[in-house]
This record gives sequence, structure tokens and C-alpha cells, in this order.
Amino acid sequence: MERTQMHRQLANMRKSLFDQGYLDEQFIQLEELQDDANPNFVEEVVTLFYRDSARLIQSIDQALDKSTLDFTKLDGYMHQFKGSCSSIGAKKVKSECTQFKEYCKAGNGEGCKKTFQQVKKEYATLKKKLEAYFQFARQVGPVETACRPK
Amino acid sequence: MECNGFNSPRSDTFPAGLRVLVVDDDPTWLKILEKMLKKCSYEVTTCGLAREALDLLRERKDGFDIVISDVNMPDMDGFKLLENMGLEMDLPVIMMSVDGETSRVMKGVQHGACDYLLKPIRMKELRNIWQHVFRKRVHEVRDIESHDGFEEIQIMRNVSDQYDDIYLHNGGDLTSGKKRKDVENKLDNKDFEVGPKKILDLMNVPWLTRENVASHLQKYRLYLCRLQKENDIKASFGGIKQADLSPKHTAGKFGLHNSINIQQDDAANGHFGTSDNKIPPHNIDHKIHEAELKGIVSMSMTKPKKAQIVNIPEPQKLSSSGTGLSHSWGSLEPDPKYAAFDSTLTMQYSWRDIQYQEYKPHLQLENSFRHLPLPAIQNHIQVNTLRPVPSTNTIPFNKERDKPSPVEIQPSGAKCRSQQIRQVAPTGNAFDLLSAQSESCMTNFHTSSPPASATFSMKNQGIDRISVTDLESNKGNLIQEIGAAFACIDEDLTASCFQGDCCSINLGFQNIAEVSPYLYDALKFDYENPCDSLEYPVIIDQGLFIA
Repeated sequence: MERTQMHRQLANMRKSLFDQGYLDEQFIQLEELQDDANPNFVEEVVTLFYRDSARLIQSIDQALDKSTLDFTKLDGYMHQFKGSCSSIGAKKVKSECTQFKEYCKAGNGEGCKKTFQQVKKEYATLKKKLEAYFQFARQVGPVETACRPK
Repeated sequence: MECNGFNSPRSDTFPAGLRVLVVDDDPTWLKILEKMLKKCSYEVTTCGLAREALDLLRERKDGFDIVISDVNMPDMDGFKLLENMGLEMDLPVIMMSVDGETSRVMKGVQHGACDYLLKPIRMKELRNIWQHVFRKRVHEVRDIESHDGFEEIQIMRNVSDQYDDIYLHNGGDLTSGKKRKDVENKLDNKDFEVGPKKILDLMNVPWLTRENVASHLQKYRLYLCRLQKENDIKASFGGIKQADLSPKHTAGKFGLHNSINIQQDDAANGHFGTSDNKIPPHNIDHKIHEAELKGIVSMSMTKPKKAQIVNIPEPQKLSSSGTGLSHSWGSLEPDPKYAAFDSTLTMQYSWRDIQYQEYKPHLQLENSFRHLPLPAIQNHIQVNTLRPVPSTNTIPFNKERDKPSPVEIQPSGAKCRSQQIRQVAPTGNAFDLLSAQSESCMTNFHTSSPPASATFSMKNQGIDRISVTDLESNKGNLIQEIGAAFACIDEDLTASCFQGDCCSINLGFQNIAEVSPYLYDALKFDYENPCDSLEYPVIIDQGLFIA
């Protein structure tokens, strides 16, 4: 049945996100929180994350643009950003954040800038993948419908 | 609905319905945590700002059971927030952060956090947070019970040099009344509620904030602890008790670092009486401490040299004769507010002077007073379980009334008229005395004025009431005298005159024994409102009487 195939496809999409290290345990926690009261909980959280973290990305970009870098400030922003990333289980993004913080501590401006490019890259990649995933999930629809005998 | 000290309608479904306040500036986390907590069947309130959270907590005092907060908040340092919350509201606080660095975690614990969770937070971690609420309550009750006894004993020891170990036996024996009371206090029992807010309300001093009061209480408490430690030499268990006390109370609550400034000047005394709006809160605390110090020092620090007690000004001198005592009290005309308090103390001392000295067993008194049924005196004043006094216990500091006797003891209708005259044999009747005193305290409290009970709970300590006896009463209130005489600094300072909580006067009695014979003559107590404060030593804390 097409539905079943789609479900399988969706499941595979999901699995690869984990296998490829884009997502971690936290994402599963979010999925577990999803219920009848909040049927789109995971998507809502991810959307909220991307919306809220956008301003942080901007702040960091601006701070990195200065001639003299304020590492404390940078570290502070990144700390917040990293915390946010951990909320949706954005694994790859988070590890880049950790790297960034290391460079901050070392006062390595170049390192910070380079790492931040990586951060943004992973951030964007994940966003695309999750958007595709959620879109597909909506198409597939709730599992019950698919299983109901006609 | 009280089971294990949980006085709430939810107790039967506990931990379901646990009221949690989540504070986090990250909206994503806030959403997630809210959902997680709801899944645990908790009642969740979210807040994105630290200040907002504090306001919420103040507004809805006792509206929350536990707070979970992120360490990195934009408008306030998470640790500071933690301290404020713990200090003022006495709620268990859990910290969260992405940063799991040991030093940070340590800092959190130092500031009083019950737990420190690392983000990302798992559901199972949240499921268990109720244990912190439960544990705190259980410890509060337990601490109050065991703590007070020991602390009081220590205080007594400080007061008098000769202490005997008889006391020790009584140390742990708190009556259930006390436990009940404290538990009630902890448990949102509106009738008996005390805390910084209540005190603040009672005081009705415009420029004073709850933080001032809370911080003051904490400081005072810590100060007393320190005093105890300094003075305590003998009691071995005292040390133990101290240990109990310190970690608990110091843990971040008030930064022990904020030691109480002990300024030995006595500006405080007169100071409090005035409603000087200019005094910044900080100073107030300061002054309070001074006053307290003074009072405390007078009472406990000074190794009472027998008749001499403390350097408290004694405007009125009690007549030397024991019998005259009761009457002499009456002549005292305490100044409004603070002054009144002052005179109370004074009276005590002068009384003591008159009375005298060599007292030893008073400790016992204290103890028995607190814990034991008065043996020989059974028929006399059984001060032991006094019913809660519905009226307010007058505390001189109630507001800035100009009533000359906020603490009055009795207004004509004073209930404090008990016809019981106790005849108590001098020795050993310290109990009686104490009883009498407590009674008087209690009775005194019924009457009058003000607002009732303000009990300061010092963190989880038991509350020691301050009995403010109205010195004015002429009614031969020996009680007052006694009460006054018994004022003692109790470590567990909680000056509480609560409704329903009578004040036990904790007096560093030196001359109790001596006094007794005389006192009893005039002793008339009205047992209308027995107070269970007898069990508790009463501390007359001048410092707290900020009019």
C-alpha cells in the first residue's frame, strides 16, 4: 500500500538523520512528548528553535565582524546558542558550537570565525532536512488513518 | 490534608499536581520543559525573565512548590536569583545549564540549589524533582524538632556558666505541639503562616521590603548560629547541632558571607522606633542587627553574672521585693514601638537584678519548660499546651503604632488574668516560672493589638517566639515579668508571635528560682489562650522590633 510505503520512507528519513549524526537522543525525547494534546509538538519546537536562534546567529556574526573580538561576549552568545541547539538535539551543530567555544577560550579569532562558518553550515543543513522531514510526515498523515481498514 | 507535613489538597496524589515554576530565557527550552513537566502531571508555570519570576513568586506566595531555573538569565545572574528565591521564599530550587563544569555546579550547590541539571534534560530527571520538595519538608520538620532543643540548651549554657547536663536530656524532646506548629508553618497553613511577607505586613513599614526582612532574618539566624558556636564550649552535641544548622542555612541562602554586622552601638534601639524612611533597607538590616546584637548580647552573651544582666538600659527599676514585681511592671510605660520592647527587656533585667543570681538549674527550667511537663507543678501552671491564641501576639514591633503598649499585655479584658496562683517552691520551680512566663506571654499576647502573629521562620527552623510581654500591664502580671526575665536568645530565632503560637519566653533566667516564690504570689494567668509556645523558648529580639 502506498501509505505503508510512505510510512516506511518517512521512517527511513528519520533513521538517517540519526545515523548521520544530525540528531541525537533529545529529538526522540521530543517525539515522545508529542501526543494528542500536541500532535505537532516536534515541528513546533523545531520551528521555534530556528526562529529564536536566528537572532543569536546574527549577534554572533556581528560580533565576529569587529576588528577586535570580544571573546567573552562571543562565548556568552555561543553558550546560549549551544543551549538552544541541545533543545532539539541538533548534534552536529552542537559539536561545532563546542569547537567554537574552545577557540573563544583560547582567544583564537580566526579559529572562531572559521568554526562559526561550520556552525552556520550545519545549522542550515539540518534545517533543510528537518523541513523536508516534517513536510513528508504531514503528507503521510497520521498512522491510524493509514491502518484503518476500508 | 496533612500527611507527612504536606498540607495540601494534593497530598493524596503527590507528586502529581506539584506546582512548578520554570524560568528560562530560551523559549524553545521553556516550551519543552513545560511539556515535559505537564507529562509528569505537574502544574507548570513558565517565565522568561528572572525578575518576572521573582515577582510571580512574591505575588503567589506559597503558590509554588519548586522552582527550576536556568543559570544564565539575561536580566539577573542565575545564582543571585537562586539565592533570592531560596532566601525569601524558602523553596527548593533546581538549576539548569548546558554547562556542566564542576565549578559551576559547585557554585550552584553553594548558593543553595537542590540540584543541578544539565541540558539537554531528560524526562526521567524531571519526574524525580518532587523528591526535593518532599525532602525539604521532611527535613524541616525533623530539624525543627531536634534542632531547637539543642540550640536552646546551648543558649542557656551561654547565658549561664553553670549548666548542667540535666538539660541535655530534654534536648530532643520537643512536644508534638511544636512540631505541629512548625509543620503547619511550613505547610501553608494560613492561620499560622509566618515568613518574611507576613512579618513585613505586620510591620507595615513602607520602605521596608520583603527582601529586607528575609535577609535580616537569615542574617540574624546566622548570627545566632555564630554566636552559639563562639560561646558553646561545653555541649558536645551542641557542636553537632551547629553542624546541622550551618550547612542548611548557609547553603547559599544568604551568603553566610554576609555576616551580620555587629555593631555594638545601640543606635538600634532607638532607631527602630522611628519610621525613618530614609534608611535604606540595607541599613535597616544593619541596625537591626545592632539592636539585636545589643539585645542578644545582653541576654546571652553576657555571662550573666548573677544578678547583673546585661547592659540594657533600665529605666524602670523594679521594686526589690518580689511581690512588688508584678506591680512594678505595671509602671513601666514602654514607648511606642520599639521603646516598648526595650523596656521589656529592661524590665527583665532589672527584675533579675532584684531577684538574683545564682541560678543554675534554670536551664532545666528552660528545658522543662519547653519540653517537660512541669513535674512538681503539675497543678500549677501547665503551660504546656496552650491553645493557639487567636488574637495577636503582641509584638512590640507591630507596626508603628503609637500605642504605648503594643505589647500590651493586657488590656483590661486581658485574658491574662489567670487566677492561678502558683505556688511554686523555689527550686525546681523554675518550671513554674517558666510556665508562668510562657503563659503570661501567651496571655499577653492575646490581647492586643496588632496583627498577629508574625513568626519569622528562619529557614527551616523552628520558630521561637518572641513573647512580648506587655510591661505595662499593671495587672500584676507576673507573667510579664517572668516572661521578660526569661527572654533569652534562642538560636532558633524566629521571633514569632503567631496567632496560635504563643510565645514562649526564653529567658536566660538567672534568677528564676529565686523569683519564683515571689512571682507566684502575683501570678495570675489567664489560661484562656494557652499557648503551646511554652515549648519554645522565647526570644525577645529587639532587633526584630522595627516599629
